[in-house]
Amino acid sequence: MTLSIQLGIIVGYLLLALVVGLLAYRLTERTAEDFYLASRTVGTVVLLFTTFATLLSAFTFFAGPNMAYEWGPEWILVMGLMDGIIFAILWYVIGYKQWLLGQRYDYVTLGEMLGDRFASRRLRGLVAGISLVWLFPYVMLQQVGAGTALEALTDGAVPYAIGAGLITLFMILYVVVAGFRGIAWTDTLQGAFMLVTTWLAFGWVLVAVGGLETATGTLGDSPATAGFLALGSANYTPQWMLSTAITIGFGVAMFPQVNQRFFVASSKRVVKRSFALWPILCVLLFVPSFLLGVWAQGLGLEMGESGNILPVILNEYTPVWFAAIVIAGAMAAMMSSSDSMLLSGSSYFTRDLYRPFVEADLSDRREDLIARAGVVCFAVATFLASLYNPATLFELGDAAFSGFAQLALPIVLALYWRGTTRSGLIAGICGSQAFYLSSLFFPILPGSYAGWTSGVVGMLLGVVLTVVISWATTSVVEDRRSRYFDSSMGD
Amino acid sequence: MGRLKLVGWGIIGLVLAVFSIPWFLWGNETVVAGLPIWLWWHVGWMVLTAVVFWIFTKRAWGIGIDPDVGDST
Repeated sequence: MTLSIQLGIIVGYLLLALVVGLLAYRLTERTAEDFYLASRTVGTVVLLFTTFATLLSAFTFFAGPNMAYEWGPEWILVMGLMDGIIFAILWYVIGYKQWLLGQRYDYVTLGEMLGDRFASRRLRGLVAGISLVWLFPYVMLQQVGAGTALEALTDGAVPYAIGAGLITLFMILYVVVAGFRGIAWTDTLQGAFMLVTTWLAFGWVLVAVGGLETATGTLGDSPATAGFLALGSANYTPQWMLSTAITIGFGVAMFPQVNQRFFVASSKRVVKRSFALWPILCVLLFVPSFLLGVWAQGLGLEMGESGNILPVILNEYTPVWFAAIVIAGAMAAMMSSSDSMLLSGSSYFTRDLYRPFVEADLSDRREDLIARAGVVCFAVATFLASLYNPATLFELGDAAFSGFAQLALPIVLALYWRGTTRSGLIAGICGSQAFYLSSLFFPILPGSYAGWTSGVVGMLLGVVLTVVISWATTSVVEDRRSRYFDSSMGD
Repeated sequence: MGRLKLVGWGIIGLVLAVFSIPWFLWGNETVVAGLPIWLWWHVGWMVLTAVVFWIFTKRAWGIGIDPDVGDST
């Protein structure tokens, strides 16, 4: 019964997504800019929800409540600071400037924007290359997650390779047809769906257990959760909370599928409205979703085999069909995040690696074709990798947020400090990446420094290197500094 | 004048980030209306942040980015 409901909902969602994709396809011009950015015509609601769904979906549904279940409700504060405030400020500092530059010079990727300003094909390729190094394993992990979930859901009737393969096939079909416009539309449906079901689940559980005071009251009764009510714990130290919020907050701004959304707003007004509404949207999702995890611990529920607490508390207190909808929705969410990553990964590959280094004079039409071919290659490659799930890739995917965070500060300097030189920026990017990768793979380097994670230390190193090397070098003749500064940026 | 305004907004942004976690309630376990008091603080703070962001979009949007903003008012 549960199984057929869940599968029915997943299939229903996929069909709905395909219909939306086909509708979007009919509106699509056959150019790469339209395929990747919907020709920069996105309005407030769609921009807000597509960013929301891309950024938060699977993580909020599963990992967030798990974290709150294990360690306590402080996770709401960490995520609130990270996504609601730090990311929002970066949306202005990096995102708005990127949007203005994109409007004026038609940039589609971050690498393209930097490569143009510093007149450096190498820099453009470097930013894209590093991003792909972190993105590839992260997409692979999504496929592993979806394949495993499908296998568990069907009690092994759909083996991992088939499940992950089918999902990959669907994603390829969908992304190739729908492009950014279709993805953004389904994200909007899904973001709204996520908010509504989370609040319904929250209300349902509250009614079942007897209200907010009772639910929270259970925390004080058990030794496992006695410490949950006091702010801070052995796990939630100030350094750890800040390190996590900072690295992930800066990291998401550099994730290709999020960063590319900085380019797509149709007007300044859309950027402004999205920016102001963002913190509310975050808190509206985090509070109910993570409190469910916290209460599950207080109510003495066991994590169970799935490794996720949300299904457990829903199965305990809400009807089967409702729990099934939420779980199926979460799996769909996982897929839709991967869609966006595939599309952005392919754009980094075709725009910043293929075009500049292999075939410089592409027509728009041909680039559009290659972009779609890029999606296929990227998805197939991550799928093949996911069959082996090599340990190195697993570790890289797991550390992707901090890996992307290393890019952020040197790029902020490039955007705002006139003194940044090409060599300075390259040194800052390469140095911090080298440091962080070494921290991951060589045990001789410590993982934390007085409680601060190596991710944060690497970010600071990136700043120091960019500034020092920029001072020591002079900008090259063909540098186009005026593109970022000097003339008025207004409309 | 523009520079002063820019610094001011920078400080406001920093304060919004820093106090989204109420450090002064560290270790406090008071429960108010069914939730820890520090969680209420956070929820209120996020609403305040949205209000401040909204004011920012009305009064200072473009500051530090667009050279025309910040000097004129």
